[in-house]
Amino acid sequence: MTRIGRLFDCLRRDGRKGLIAYLTAGDPAPERTPALVEALVRGGADLVELGVPFSDPIADGPVIQRAGERALKAGTNMKAVLAIAEEIRGRSEVPLLLFTYLNPVLRYGLDRLARDAAAAGIDGCLLTDASVEEAGDYVAAMHRHGLDTVFLAAPTSTERRMRLVAQYSTGFVYLVSRTGVTGERESLSAAAGPLIRAMRAITDLPLAVGFGISKPEHVAELGRQVEAVVVGSALVRLIERNLDNASLEIQLESFVRELKHGFGVRP
Amino acid sequence: MTPQPDQGGHFGPYGGRYVPEVLMAPIEELAEAYLAARADPAFQSELNELLRTYAGRPTPLYFARRLSETLGGARIWLKREDLLHTGAHKINNCLGQALLARRMGKRRIIAETGAGQHGVATATVCALLGFECVVYMGEEDMRRQRLNVFRMRMLGARVVGVSAGSRTLKDAISEAMRDWVSNVAGTYYLLGSVLGAHPYPMMVRDFQKVIGEEARAQVLAAEGRLPDAIFACVGGGSNAIGIFHAFLPDPSVALIGVEAGGRGAGIGDHAARYRGGAPGVLQGAYSYVLQDEDGQIALTHSVSAGLDYAMIGPEHAWLHDQHRAEYTAASDAEALDAARLLSRTEGIIPALESAHAVAEAAKRAPAAGGKLFLVNVSGRGDKDIDIYRENFKELDQS
Repeated sequence: MTRIGRLFDCLRRDGRKGLIAYLTAGDPAPERTPALVEALVRGGADLVELGVPFSDPIADGPVIQRAGERALKAGTNMKAVLAIAEEIRGRSEVPLLLFTYLNPVLRYGLDRLARDAAAAGIDGCLLTDASVEEAGDYVAAMHRHGLDTVFLAAPTSTERRMRLVAQYSTGFVYLVSRTGVTGERESLSAAAGPLIRAMRAITDLPLAVGFGISKPEHVAELGRQVEAVVVGSALVRLIERNLDNASLEIQLESFVRELKHGFGVRP
Repeated sequence: MTPQPDQGGHFGPYGGRYVPEVLMAPIEELAEAYLAARADPAFQSELNELLRTYAGRPTPLYFARRLSETLGGARIWLKREDLLHTGAHKINNCLGQALLARRMGKRRIIAETGAGQHGVATATVCALLGFECVVYMGEEDMRRQRLNVFRMRMLGARVVGVSAGSRTLKDAISEAMRDWVSNVAGTYYLLGSVLGAHPYPMMVRDFQKVIGEEARAQVLAAEGRLPDAIFACVGGGSNAIGIFHAFLPDPSVALIGVEAGGRGAGIGDHAARYRGGAPGVLQGAYSYVLQDEDGQIALTHSVSAGLDYAMIGPEHAWLHDQHRAEYTAASDAEALDAARLLSRTEGIIPALESAHAVAEAAKRAPAAGGKLFLVNVSGRGDKDIDIYRENFKELDQS
C-alpha cells in the first residue's frame, strides 16, 4: 500500500477529511517548488499533486495554463519534477501524486517513469487525457512499480464508464465536480452530488472531488460527502500573484489552513 | 490491408481516444449517432443533394495542358476542389457534420480554424441551417488570413482570437476543446480535419472520400486508366485522405502526401512530421507529432496556415508505416513558386496549401514522361492574396 492508501486509512480511523493541494511543479522555478510544497503541508495539506507542465493543456483553464508556461520557461521537465519530489521526500512523508498529460509520460517511457517515480518517493499518477480505454499499458507499468493510478470520473460519465474508472483506479477516485476546465468558481456545481452518490454505489474506494473549489465554504459542503477535497487553481493563482513576494510561503500556508478550516477540523 | 479503424478508432497503433473523461461519454454518443446516420439512406440523400446543389459537386477533373507541356513529362490532371462553394474541400465535411449535429439536436456549433477555410465553411453551414457558430482562431492566423476572418463574421459567426502558445491552429484546437468540455450538453464540436479522438478521423475521412471516388471515375472515363501518382498536401490531412481513399486498393497508384517544409530543417522551422516527428498524443489522438525530447509539442512554421500543425492525422501515420502512401515536403519557397507557375500556365491561383502538392508534382513531372499525375487542388488562393503580395513584391509596382 502506498502513502495514499495509508492516508485514507488514517483519515477514516480518525474521522477526518483530507485536503488535497495541487501546484504546478517548477512554477515559477524548479528550485522554488520544495519550499512551496512544505508551506502547503504546514498549512494542513494531506496530499500534494505535483503538476508536470505540458505545452498543450486542453483540460486546464487560464490560471494553470499560465503556471505551466512559467514552469516550462524555467526549464521544468519530468526529470526536474522527479528531482523536486526526491527533495520533498527527504523531509516529508506527505503523499505525492504526479498530475499531468500522457505525452510527457510516453516520451519519458512508461516503465522508466514508474521506476524512477517510485524511487523518487512518488506514490501515484493521474493523467487527464488517458482514457481508461487507452490506459492498459500505463496502469500495468505503474502497478508493477507499486504506484497508484488515479482516474477521473465526470458528471457526463455513464454508469458503464464509472465502473471502468473505479476498476482502473487505485488509491482513490477523483470526481470532477462539473463539466469544464480547471479553475475557481464562485459556487459549487449541482452536478457534484449525483456524481458522488452514483460513484459511491459502485466502489468502496475513497472519493475526492475537485475542479472549481476555492473557498472554505466549498470545502465544508463537499467535506460532508466525500473523503477528500482538491484545491488547485486558487493556490496557483495565489502563487502567481506573489511570485516575487517574500511572504508567498506564509500566505500559502495560511490560505491552506483557512481552506482546511472548512472541514471544521484544526490542522 | 484490413479495414481501418477498429471499434476504438485505431488505425494500427494510431488514433484512439485520448481526451478528458468529461468528453468520453459525449464522444461515444457522437460515434453512435454518426454510425446510425451513415447507415441511414435519408441522411445520405440529403447530404448528397446539398453537395450537388449547394456546394457544387461533382467538381471537375481538369487536364492541365499548359502546365504539363511547360514541365515536359507527366500528363497532369487537376481535381478542382477549389471550385466548390466557399473555395475549398472543407465544405464537404462541414455539410456532413452539420447535418449530423442537427440530427443530434445540437444548436450551437464550435470549430477551430487555421487558414480560415474550415472556419468559413463552418460559418457557412451554420448560416444555412440556422445554428449559432463560434470559431476559434489563433491570433497569428487571424493576422495572416484576415479576409477569412471578415467572411466568417459576415456569415454571422463569432470569431474568437486565441493568444496562447504559437497563436496558430494547435492553440485554436485546444481552445475549442476547452469550450466543448465546458458546454458539452448543447454544443457540437465540428472538427475540420482527420485529427482528434475517434470518430473524428474516420468520420471526416468518410465525408471527404467523395473527392477520390469522383476522381477515380473521372480519370478512368477520360484516360481509360488509373493515374500513376496522386499528389495532395497534408496538414491534418483531410483533403489527402479524401482523394487517396478510393485508390487504396489500387497498388499501382502511388499516393504522395506533401507536408509543409517551411523555411528550413530545424525544429520550429517546418511542419513536416516525418522529418523529426515521433509518435505521441496530442488533442485526442496518437500519431506522429513534432515534439522535443521532453514530450512538449514543438512550434511549427509554414507560410501556409492550413498546414502549420504539429500532428498528422492517425490514418496517415498508418498508411506511412504500411508504406501504402509516401510522404515528402515542399518548402515555403517551392510552394510560392508553384502557385505562380499554376497561375501563369493555367489561370488557376491555388491556395498556398494546395500549392505544396503542385510543387511536388512539378518537381517530379519532367522525369515522368508517359506517366499520369493527379493533383488535388484542395482550395483556391483568394484568401492568400495578401501573402502572395508580400512575396511577389515585383508584381505590386505600378
